[in-house]
Amino acid sequence: MSADWRHRLAEQRGLLLAVGLFLAMFTLYIAKHPAGLTANVASTAANKGVLLALVAMAQTIPVLTSGLDLSVGMVLVLTNCLASRIVVGSPAEVALGTSAVLAVGLLCGAINGAVVVYGRIQPIIATLATSSIYYGVALAIRPAPGGDVATGVADALTGSLPGGVPASLLVLVAVVVVVWVPYRRSVLGRAAYAVGSSEQAAFMSGVPITRAKLLAYVLAGLLSAIAGLLLTCITYSGEASAALGGTYTLTAIAAVVVGGTSLFGGSGGAIGSIFGAFVLRTIGDLLFVFDMDALWQPLFLGAVLLVAISLGSFRLLGVRNRLELYR
Amino acid sequence: MSDTGSVPLFRMEGVSKHYGGVRALEDATFHCAGGRIHAVLGENGAGKSTLIKVMAGVVQPDTGSLHMDDRPVTFRTPAAAAAAGIACVFQELSLLPDLSVADNIAITNPPRRYGLIDRRAQRRIAEAALARAGASDIHPMTPVRDLPLSRRQMVEIAKALARDPRILILDEATSALAAAEVEKVFAMLRQLCSEGMAIVYISHRMHEIAAIADDCTVYRNGRYVATFATGSKTDADIVEMIIGREYKNVFPPKPAQKPAGAPALRVEDLSWVGQLKSISLDIRPGEVIGLGGLDGQGQRELLLALFGVLDGVTGTVEIGGKPAALASPTSAKSGNTAMALIPEDRKTEGLMLPMSVRENLSFAALGRLSRLGLVDRRAEAAAVDEMMALLKIRCDDTGQAVASLSGGNQQKVVIGKWLLTRPRVILLNDPTRGIDVGTKQELYQLLRRLADAGAAILFYSTDYDELVGCCDRVLVLYDGAIVRVLEGADITERNLIAAAFNLRDLDQVPA
Amino acid sequence: MKAARALPAVAATRRIDPAVLAAFGCIVLLLLGGSLYSRNFLSPDYLLQQLNVAAFLGVIASGVMLVVLLGHIDLSIPWIVTMGGMMSTAAAGWGDAGAALAIPIGIACGIAVGVFNGIGVAYLRVPSMIFTLGTNAIAQGLMVLHTSGFAPQDRSTEAMHVIAVDRTIAGIPNALWVWAAVGGMAVLLLTRTAFGRYVYAIGNRERAAYLSGVNTRAVVVGCFAIAGGCSGLAGVLLAGYSTKAYQAMGDPYLLPAIAAVVLGGTSILGGRGTYLGTVAGVILITLLQSILSVVQMPEAGRQIIYGTVIIAMLLLYGRQRRET
Repeated sequence: MSADWRHRLAEQRGLLLAVGLFLAMFTLYIAKHPAGLTANVASTAANKGVLLALVAMAQTIPVLTSGLDLSVGMVLVLTNCLASRIVVGSPAEVALGTSAVLAVGLLCGAINGAVVVYGRIQPIIATLATSSIYYGVALAIRPAPGGDVATGVADALTGSLPGGVPASLLVLVAVVVVVWVPYRRSVLGRAAYAVGSSEQAAFMSGVPITRAKLLAYVLAGLLSAIAGLLLTCITYSGEASAALGGTYTLTAIAAVVVGGTSLFGGSGGAIGSIFGAFVLRTIGDLLFVFDMDALWQPLFLGAVLLVAISLGSFRLLGVRNRLELYR
Repeated sequence: MSDTGSVPLFRMEGVSKHYGGVRALEDATFHCAGGRIHAVLGENGAGKSTLIKVMAGVVQPDTGSLHMDDRPVTFRTPAAAAAAGIACVFQELSLLPDLSVADNIAITNPPRRYGLIDRRAQRRIAEAALARAGASDIHPMTPVRDLPLSRRQMVEIAKALARDPRILILDEATSALAAAEVEKVFAMLRQLCSEGMAIVYISHRMHEIAAIADDCTVYRNGRYVATFATGSKTDADIVEMIIGREYKNVFPPKPAQKPAGAPALRVEDLSWVGQLKSISLDIRPGEVIGLGGLDGQGQRELLLALFGVLDGVTGTVEIGGKPAALASPTSAKSGNTAMALIPEDRKTEGLMLPMSVRENLSFAALGRLSRLGLVDRRAEAAAVDEMMALLKIRCDDTGQAVASLSGGNQQKVVIGKWLLTRPRVILLNDPTRGIDVGTKQELYQLLRRLADAGAAILFYSTDYDELVGCCDRVLVLYDGAIVRVLEGADITERNLIAAAFNLRDLDQVPA
Repeated sequence: MKAARALPAVAATRRIDPAVLAAFGCIVLLLLGGSLYSRNFLSPDYLLQQLNVAAFLGVIASGVMLVVLLGHIDLSIPWIVTMGGMMSTAAAGWGDAGAALAIPIGIACGIAVGVFNGIGVAYLRVPSMIFTLGTNAIAQGLMVLHTSGFAPQDRSTEAMHVIAVDRTIAGIPNALWVWAAVGGMAVLLLTRTAFGRYVYAIGNRERAAYLSGVNTRAVVVGCFAIAGGCSGLAGVLLAGYSTKAYQAMGDPYLLPAIAAVVLGGTSILGGRGTYLGTVAGVILITLLQSILSVVQMPEAGRQIIYGTVIIAMLLLYGRQRRET
């Protein structure tokens, strides 16, 4: 039976590395933080982390199919703007508004999936184009920053629960349990891994390629929409910021890589991406508590980002048969 | 013809398939019966692959009909064919490298519980399938990419068996297996036959077909030629049916004496991370040396090491008395070293498929064919013409994509590419795998001619006939070391097999 | 009889690409459409002005095309462009020697970053998308440090202004000559040199190129270096055009550059594409942006139309062939 555990460990190698990295960094952060691990510190850190984690999860699923979704940041912005308009009022209106926002996320994902699968356009350029469209819609909904959100719900989701546990972490756990875990074990979930591993072999094995890819992009849209809702709860407003959308998209890709998912598809998972996101967020916070000169922060962040994403490649330097390096 | 009654289990009639201008199948027929092994023979381009792809639902025929149990069927997708009880083990494996063996085996129809995949049931299915295929040594949780090619072929077979098919198709399924493993597969096939399964077996290895098949069907140029019982025709007759013309010798004559003089290639104590152990060999200009042994004993790694692909190689390698530069393929092909490697997989390692025949042929010699970085088009055209004529490469226009050539012609382009670099040492990694009989003969003649012109040739083959027929000397590898050197008359199939198992005597080979 | 689905019999590097024809067709359509709105649209002065603006994108797209042909992508364009602009204007303030070398310095910065990208991608084997992302962040960090966070006060040199704005010869914008020179070199490189063959080969099948003895790593570094140089040059031109550099001046060029290359028929997977197509793609994108601003479409509408048009055109001819 030890062979089983050896294989299980090997499978999760990337994830374990990300978890270890995060724990090390977070400990450092708390140690250096003037206030220590108070509920407030925890919930602020958690809110930012969960936001990126959700977008990273969204990015992971199309990446598993060896695709990519460069519109996740803009779906975040779009749903943020929409939520700032309609997630207000009576509980019934709030519920309706929330459903509508999630539905829009699903729709954006479906459009992405349709363009990639039925249009047979490469994901990079397809989602780059759709991100433009989503940004335009966001601008149309919110030409200027503003809006509001149901404060009761917002406070609940972004505050702390008794015991100091940030509520947003619970939201994240709920999303993982309700969306990711069943997906991973489902036929279409495994089909996604299959498609990313070798689409040709997947076709010959009768794997439902079309449905797997479509679902991957739809789920990406859904998860980005959840992130958009959370963002609205944090900022109490909506803003159509291209910079924000772009940053989230690209940082999410970095989180996916740091979390151990291969950009070529077929291996990895959303949980690794969650920890990858936490690692990246914590790095930014670390710079803050170590009182780094604000002018040096972007450079340092960039360098750390580069090192983090290159880490996985250092393993390749030990490769003895160079043929393995080339596709 | 069939044991189970007069109705064949599967029948196809009048099937045609065109790809653009290429006629892969023309009015082809085929039928097979339960409880019998039916071999399909033909050159590359004869239509065998297309035939089974039609059976397996991977491609749709343009015309014709398919029947199972005398009822018409259509297979629009591989899943449909699978559902009808047809399982196919393809030459290009249909395994997903990043997934585990168990995931791969159950991929088409995984067991489910509450709508999600039941991992434990999947594991049980995988273990049963692996046992049925005779490969219980493979751990079901191993990622497929960690398995060598021969194990992957066994997983592919297990995957087909897991669907409990009525018809099992094997397309060159034993190409990477060594003799002993092939025997195990044959035993399994005979067992499945006795259970009533129909087996369709495609292979280029005549001795395997003679050993295992009950019936044979030959195709040529996409058309049906004949069906007959195994053993009722001689090998010569069969090859004549396959290539459509009479042939005499397969192998060119070997030189009577060993060439004298200094070795072109001298290797001493070559080792590499435990997979190659202290290998020493000499090759004189004019010699054709073979590498033998079971699959995965280091033959491929030796060739890669000599070509500069491997990192961390220790030992001495000398070309023409001077130390060889083996930091990379770039240095291996240049200057004094002048080595060439015909790689294992021509489609992914030897050619850039979408690029033209001309561009592929001139590719390795572009340095020589350019001045100041600019390609000299006239020199290139002359070089290309030289190779087209020398190797008799069949194509209409050197500007067409090399992907449109047949397998044999593609391999000729790979060889032509390297001959243009005027190599002193030519390494070949299983060069005739998946090549038709006619082109194989041409290659054997070519190798001998190149050797006679002064090149040193080292090649690895999984085909014993080739090693016996072509080589002046065979080095048999076992576990990364040379265990036996066979020379001249000692090169026989018996000795090769015995040496492959690291035994002095064939009688010691386990049953 | 089903439509032929086989791989094309004629080599990828020789066919007359239907994508290029389609791109030029769309250009004609756009010109006609624009002329319906305003007569000025077809006036030589306006067209030359468009070509002037297109030249900046064209220079960037030339470098991007090389990288995409390899099968890679360069996401560090935004800040290499900005770096080129800022460093060249900074050099202008370093005395006479600095001013004389302003343009080469801008290009050199781009090449340096490009080489860095190439090393990361070719030697460390980090996926290009993610490595150039990191490089972009570092370049941004360096520029923030350089300008201390403020808008840069340096002015561009006279030379920079001349090549970006003036029309010295026959009334043709100088920037267009610059683009033509860059383009000419790109065409020469891709069609007549061994290096160009290696680029296509690596994009098609890097493993086969490696096993054929090509120094693939050097080729990759070379392409990224050229792409960096092109982006740096574009930054110099932009700074010359506006007489100064400004923060994030390169940001609006990333998506258009990639879109231009892809709309011109270059496969994002690498190995296939012609420079003529890239030229068509650049002109197409520039015209599209121009029309949208002429009709005074609000930003929201512009973004939506921009994305929709790209998808529509890709649906027309950017689809992947399904391989048999």
